[in-house]
Amino acid sequence: MPLLRILFVALVAYPVVLVVLGLNVRNRARLPRGGPAIVAANHNSHLDTLVLFTLFPLLNIPRVRPVAAADYFLANRFIAWFALNVIGIIPLQRKRAAASGDPLAGCYAALARGETLLIFPEGSRGEPEQMSELKSGIAHLAARFPAVPVVPVFMHGLGKSMPRGEWLPVPFFCDVFVGIPLHWSGERKLFMDGLQDSLRALKNKLAAPEHT
Amino acid sequence: MKFHLPPQVMYALIGAFALLIIASIVAMLLAHVNPQRDYTELRLRLKTWWLIIGVFCLAVAFDNDVSLVVFAFVSFLAFKEYLSMIPTRRADHRVLFWAYLSIPIQYYWISIEWYGMFIIFIPVFVFLFLPMRMVLIGETQGFLRAAGTVHWGLMTTVFSLSHMSYLLALPDAGNPAGGGDALLFYLVFLTQINDVAQYVWGKLFGRHKVSPTVSPNKTLEGLVGGVATTVVLAVALAPWLTPLTRYESVAAGLLIGVFGFIGDVTISAIKRDIGVKDSGTLLPGHGGILDRLDSLTCTAPLFFHFIRYLHY
Repeated sequence: MPLLRILFVALVAYPVVLVVLGLNVRNRARLPRGGPAIVAANHNSHLDTLVLFTLFPLLNIPRVRPVAAADYFLANRFIAWFALNVIGIIPLQRKRAAASGDPLAGCYAALARGETLLIFPEGSRGEPEQMSELKSGIAHLAARFPAVPVVPVFMHGLGKSMPRGEWLPVPFFCDVFVGIPLHWSGERKLFMDGLQDSLRALKNKLAAPEHT
Repeated sequence: MKFHLPPQVMYALIGAFALLIIASIVAMLLAHVNPQRDYTELRLRLKTWWLIIGVFCLAVAFDNDVSLVVFAFVSFLAFKEYLSMIPTRRADHRVLFWAYLSIPIQYYWISIEWYGMFIIFIPVFVFLFLPMRMVLIGETQGFLRAAGTVHWGLMTTVFSLSHMSYLLALPDAGNPAGGGDALLFYLVFLTQINDVAQYVWGKLFGRHKVSPTVSPNKTLEGLVGGVATTVVLAVALAPWLTPLTRYESVAAGLLIGVFGFIGDVTISAIKRDIGVKDSGTLLPGHGGILDRLDSLTCTAPLFFHFIRYLHY
């Protein structure tokens, strides 16, 4: 339901991200203008997806799809309806055993349709304001679509604002750093290391205050 | 909606607009004549004044409820910028939520003109409540630093700045020359002019550093010239915008001139402490609101109490 998704971004994501929080985006021009594309971001908060939505033009929102854990977002009927129709997630089976066929089939189809995928390669939100090991599912996507750019994005401050386990966002200015788009390098480890290094370099651009 | 401003305030605003337009044209000509020189600082300052005058018009042109919302939002932005800069503790997530909640409450006291509550709410009640809430969470590591920094931020960005808003709530009878609107204009205009004058005098004649460790660019000559300029303007504008007598307006000029400087260097000192000014790295979420309001955090409460003691 494209209209629902646009309304959600305009009426929820914009006010929360731009008024309650406040964003500083560096190198916004590096974001893909149209699909197919993959945005690979760090993940510390449910707000991350809202922030990424606000980086795209409102009318493109129906073609911007967050990839999200099926076991979490399809857990009950209401959340599943909301996640699929309002957020527009592409559900991903995190446990291989639960998947019938290729767990990435939904992502392949979306890229083939020219959509932009939002992927959190860390897999889960983890500890506030800390980055964990990247999962290599994204390498499969890049290998299958070598022409599709993978844009690294590092977000600061959202784990402070609404960490895992909290449902109330506390306002903080947040910083978004967009990296130079990467492409499939022909080898999985090389590609993953490149992505990891890029995110780490973006993270080191900011002298973030201590948050312990 | 009131839309009718006292005529003095209207003329003052028109004058301020004219000044800004002239300054903007001069800046454009300067950049045109010397394309190799960097006028970024000048352009940023001009942009700020356009913003300030815009916010000011928004605040005074409508009724008091609109101006309260505008001022509360300014406090919110300043407090948010402060919190984004300082070290925080994960455990204080909900404490910070309560700290934010004090902003609408503080401005509510102004809207019902409950002066007694306005003046003690943050210094007493919030001061006692936030540490209590922190005790309930039970994290003792870094307790004093967290309680101290959060409250300092509230005092500066909410309590102090909200005095601008209370100027508008003062009874009109106290200032037949144009009510609270005129007093607010007088305060904000002189504080901004003082910043500019100190900068210009310092650029022209600055020799002796006045605060070498905190703000190496500030000079004694800039400070003295700036304060003198502010006093002259304070005396010239006073009969027109305020109930102040000649001598009182000299004192008001000195107060705004000297404490504008102190507010400025205090915020600078905090930034140095945090390490923002020394390192070349980016300041997290830097909207620069605190930089713009630094002088007012000091001059707003002091001017308010000065005028209230003398004339209300």
